[in-house]
Amino acid sequence: MTYLHSIGEYFLMLKGVFGRMTKRSVLKDLIFKEINELIIGSLGIVCFLSFFIGAVVAIQTALNLNNPLIPKSLVAFAARQSVILEFSPTFISIIMAGKVGSFITSSIGSMRVTEQIDALEVMGINSKNYLIFPKIIAMLTYPFVIAISMFLGILGAYVAAVLGGFVKPDAFITGLQDDFVTFHLIYAFIKTFLFAFILATVPAYHGYYMKGGALEVGQASTTAFVWTSVVLIITNYATTQLLLS
Amino acid sequence: MIEVKDLHKSFDGEEVLKGLNFVFERGKTNLIIGQSGSGKSVFLKNMLGIFTPEKGIIEYDGKPYSHFTDEERRELRKEIGMVFQGGALFDSMTVKENVMFPLKMFTKMKKSEMEERVDTVLDRVNLVGADDKMPSEISGGMQKRVSIARAIVNQPKYLFCDEPNSGLDPTTATVIDNLIQKITHEFDITTIIITHDMNSVLEIGEKIAFLKDGLLAWTGTKDEIFRTEDKTVTDFVYSSDLFKKVRDAQLKGY
Repeated sequence: MTYLHSIGEYFLMLKGVFGRMTKRSVLKDLIFKEINELIIGSLGIVCFLSFFIGAVVAIQTALNLNNPLIPKSLVAFAARQSVILEFSPTFISIIMAGKVGSFITSSIGSMRVTEQIDALEVMGINSKNYLIFPKIIAMLTYPFVIAISMFLGILGAYVAAVLGGFVKPDAFITGLQDDFVTFHLIYAFIKTFLFAFILATVPAYHGYYMKGGALEVGQASTTAFVWTSVVLIITNYATTQLLLS
Repeated sequence: MIEVKDLHKSFDGEEVLKGLNFVFERGKTNLIIGQSGSGKSVFLKNMLGIFTPEKGIIEYDGKPYSHFTDEERRELRKEIGMVFQGGALFDSMTVKENVMFPLKMFTKMKKSEMEERVDTVLDRVNLVGADDKMPSEISGGMQKRVSIARAIVNQPKYLFCDEPNSGLDPTTATVIDNLIQKITHEFDITTIIITHDMNSVLEIGEKIAFLKDGLLAWTGTKDEIFRTEDKTVTDFVYSSDLFKKVRDAQLKGY
C-alpha cells in the first residue's frame, strides 16, 4: 500500500509541476541556473568516466580476442556497440542518479526542512512548478551530455586500442563503421530522454515530500538514489524490450 | 481585519481546533499565545489557507475565504506577508534577492524601481550594507529582519509571524518586537503573531488570544493580562517568578 501511495503521490506531484506556471522571466533564469548546476556541473565527471570506461572496454575486448580468425576490428565494433547502446545512456545515468539525483533531493529537502517551500506556498507560488519544472527542462539538454559521453567513450577505446598496440588505426576505423545501425542511436537517445525525466522527477519527489530534519535529508538522498536507479533499470529493460526485440 | 467564526479542524479523528471565534484587528499587533499543542500553528495554517477547516468561516475584510475563487485566493496570498519561525530565507539567494523576490514574482516593476523599494525596506529594518550577503553569512537576528523585510516589501495587508523572536537574545527579540509593532502601525496592517515569549506579550500585545486545548480560553490586551484572575491564563503567563514579580510591581503601581 505504501508503494501505491507513493506512486500516486508522484503522479499528483507531476500534475502540480505542469499546473500553474511561474512567471516566465523568473522561470527563464531558473532554467539557466539549473542547466549550469545539473548539466554543466556534471560534464567533468561524465567526460572522465566515459573516456576511461571506453578505453577499458577496448582493452578487455582485445585481450579476449585470441582467435586469429576473428578480425581485430571487432574491438572497435564491440566498443562502439557497448558504449552507444548501454554504457553511455544507462551507466552514465546511474552515475548521474548519484550525483544529480542526490543534489536535487538534498536541495529540495533542505528547502522543505527550513520552511522555504512553505514560504513559496504562502506567497501563492506553485512551489512544485517553481522548483521542479526548471529541473525537467534543464534535463532536456541531458542527451547532449550523453552524446559527448558516447564520443569520448569511443575516443577512449581508440586511444587505448591503438596506442596499446592491440589494433591498427585503419582497422579500428573500419570496425567502428561495420554494421552500423542508425536505429541503435535513435534507441539510445529515446531512452536518454526518458532517463532525463526520471533523473529530474524521482529525486525531486523524494525531496519535496520528505519529513523531518537534516538527518532525514541525508536519508532521503540515499533513498532517492536507490529508487532512481531501480526506475532507470526497469525503464531500460522496458524500452529495450519494446524497441529492440 | 480577519474574523474567524466557529473554526474546527481535526487530524486523524482528533479535534485540534474546537470552534474558535476571534477578530484580528487592523493596525494592531494581534498575539496568539498558548501552550505547545494548544492549536496555535494549526490556527495560523488555517488562516493562511495551508489547511482547510472542516467547519467554520475565515473572513478577510468581510469576505469568507471559502467563497474566494482560485484567482482571488492567489491575489489574497500576494497581500499576505509571512515571517517564519526560522526565517525561511532562500539560501541560494543574497539578502537583496530574497527581499526582491516577491516584487519579481508579483509586480511589473522595473529593476531600478525594485532596487529602490528594496533599499527603502532594508533601511526600514536597519539592514543597510548587508545586501550582497548570503543568509548563511548573517546572524539569526539579521535573518529575522530580512524575513520581515521580505514580508513587507510588497506592502501586504496582513502580516503573519510565527514565533518571530524564537532563538534570539532578549535585546534582539525586543528590537524585532518593536519593529513589527512599528511596521503594523506605520502601514496599517493586520498583524498576527504566534508567540511563547511573555516579553512580547507584555511589550506589544495590543490584542491577545489565549488558546487552550483548541479553544479560545481568554482574550484581552497586555494591560488586561496583568489584572486577569483567570487561573488558566495566569498559570501560563506567570509561570516564572520573574513575571510574577513584574505583575505584582505593575499592580502595586511601581
